[in-house]
Amino acid sequence: MDFAVNILALGVPFSVALLIASLGEMFNQRAGVFNLGCEGIMAMGAFLGFLAPFLVGRGGPTAEIWNYAGILMAMAAGALMGIFFGLAVVTFRAPQGIAGIGLQMFGVGVAGTFFRHFVGGTQSIPGIPAMPIPLLSKIPVLGPILFSHNPLVYVAFLLPPAAWYVLFKTPWGLRVRASGANPRAADSIGVKVNLVRFQALAVGGALAGLAGAYLSLCQAKMFSDEIIAGRGFIAVALVYFGHWRPLKITGGALLFSLAQALQLAIQGRGINFPYEFAVMLPYVLVIVVLAFSRENLLLGPTALGRPFNREIRT
Amino acid sequence: MKRFKTLYTAAVILLAALTAALAGALILWTIGADVTRTYSVIAFEPLKNAMQIGEVMIRAIPLTIIALGISVAYRCGIINIGAEGQMSMGILAATAVALAMPDAPRYALLPMALTAGALGGAAWGFIPGVLKARLHVSELLSTVMLNYIAAQFYTFCLRGPMLDPAEITMGSGTPQSMRLTKAIWLDRLVPGTRIHAGVWIALALAFLTWLLLFRTSWGYRMRASGAGERAAKYGGIGVERYLVAAMVISGAFAGLAGAVEISGVHRRAIEGVTSGYGFSAIVVALFGGLHPAGIIPASLFFGMLLVGADMTQRMAGVPANVVTALQGVIILVIVAARMVLENPYLAERVRVRLFGSAEGSGEA
Repeated sequence: MDFAVNILALGVPFSVALLIASLGEMFNQRAGVFNLGCEGIMAMGAFLGFLAPFLVGRGGPTAEIWNYAGILMAMAAGALMGIFFGLAVVTFRAPQGIAGIGLQMFGVGVAGTFFRHFVGGTQSIPGIPAMPIPLLSKIPVLGPILFSHNPLVYVAFLLPPAAWYVLFKTPWGLRVRASGANPRAADSIGVKVNLVRFQALAVGGALAGLAGAYLSLCQAKMFSDEIIAGRGFIAVALVYFGHWRPLKITGGALLFSLAQALQLAIQGRGINFPYEFAVMLPYVLVIVVLAFSRENLLLGPTALGRPFNREIRT
Repeated sequence: MKRFKTLYTAAVILLAALTAALAGALILWTIGADVTRTYSVIAFEPLKNAMQIGEVMIRAIPLTIIALGISVAYRCGIINIGAEGQMSMGILAATAVALAMPDAPRYALLPMALTAGALGGAAWGFIPGVLKARLHVSELLSTVMLNYIAAQFYTFCLRGPMLDPAEITMGSGTPQSMRLTKAIWLDRLVPGTRIHAGVWIALALAFLTWLLLFRTSWGYRMRASGAGERAAKYGGIGVERYLVAAMVISGAFAGLAGAVEISGVHRRAIEGVTSGYGFSAIVVALFGGLHPAGIIPASLFFGMLLVGADMTQRMAGVPANVVTALQGVIILVIVAARMVLENPYLAERVRVRLFGSAEGSGEA
């Protein structure tokens, strides 16, 4: 029992970065843009989230504020990178897969360059401390699992319903879905498809930046080149796995992070299993999951990956 | 009209190059580096003496080989970003052969090790190829995941089964294999540099790739599959088969590059042999126009960039990671510029804007 609670209490915070990033990617893909650069945006977000508290916030009474300034910077940079990506794939209609690799290399490269210049080596920061919710965290099983984390985890709990509401219950969400499902029809009733795609990229980028900042501020409390470790790509895969729906994506993110927590717990118990193979597991899991979700593609946005040009009939 | 077309193409390419250089300058300016100094270090220092030119060449060898493979896959409509992992598997396979038969004669062992490298990479390329052809798994995601898996497997092998026995007894514990038998060493060609016989392998492969892509029906069918999958299927081409074949070829090239890299440069399997070659080669392939004749000069150019980036660290205080960022920008700029160049309406519109109506001075 204790073991299971431990795994769940470990897995829930692990899921947050994946969850936020894949919800952002969901907005991109719902609008018809496949953003493989998520990994790069997350790297940039992780670095910027780390930078503000590291440079100015150390010690001092304002330390807490700088943590949140870091988050805001990460989100702003993420939105900017999303727009920058839109310039290539929406305005110039570049093929999205390869352009995404470009954005990924750009983000990882810039984050690495800045990190070496502004920070130098491995440095840790206090980060955002856990904030157990007063009464709720005392509930026997649910308390440690759900209510003893840092504030961003609670924010992340609210995100899936919020994303669901925005996507399915607001005019903007309808425009996003229309731009991804049938851009020509959307255009014919006056939706500015390319503008909507830019907006979705900005939202998705901001969320990916937030996910990165979560990793450096709350989870690792440091920055390194390998901090993202493919989570950006896993987030993209989760969107397929979750059928482009916020609640299913949440389930997928939890599943993945529980697998990761289980792996760490097993290692902690001293079971003799090569460390490297344990680290491989989530990546193998992604491939297996993708291999068994072939028919999912039919559920996705029909115009996913196709640039929209109102001057050409399709 | 023809003259306008040339001018237009030149102008777009120039604009693209300027955009990339400007983006790089922006990054350098943010970290307060001397922009012109950094660029001149990258452009001139690697060409200063024979030793440095040799360093450029030995980076161009794996870049060429991997980029050739990537361009075969790309032309068949499948983007291989898993070269990094395929290269690792090639290194492991070649090392395993060399370690298993330390006393084999050179004429047998060297070809066997190189073939093993190619097979190791091919196996690692086969997986995403089949997944894409049979189960429609995006090769972008599966190859990235296989990169992470291969990286873990690589360190596992170097720390476990392949670990140098001397490392265990001496206790420093560096994860690396023992120095491989001289029988698989590639000759060094020019004294004072590290240029090795891999140059000939790279050139031969470039020629073979050109033959395959442009002079055989296989290559034609591959290119047709990439150019228009539905049209190719309608024309009776078994697109799925060619997808798998293209990924196997692509992986084999990357694996071979790994085998060449250890037998020519490192002479043992250590960590960091792949060092991003798999990703740089994507840029090289695109920059070289996915054609062997373009890939060779492109790989020299990016080899120079990689050597130059190592030097900016010392000479201009700019971290070498800046070259990764620059490569990312270059990919984005190239793919965007290609779309601009391939858009006939846009060219026509620019022409009309500049020279008036269709009968305007553009004809002259």
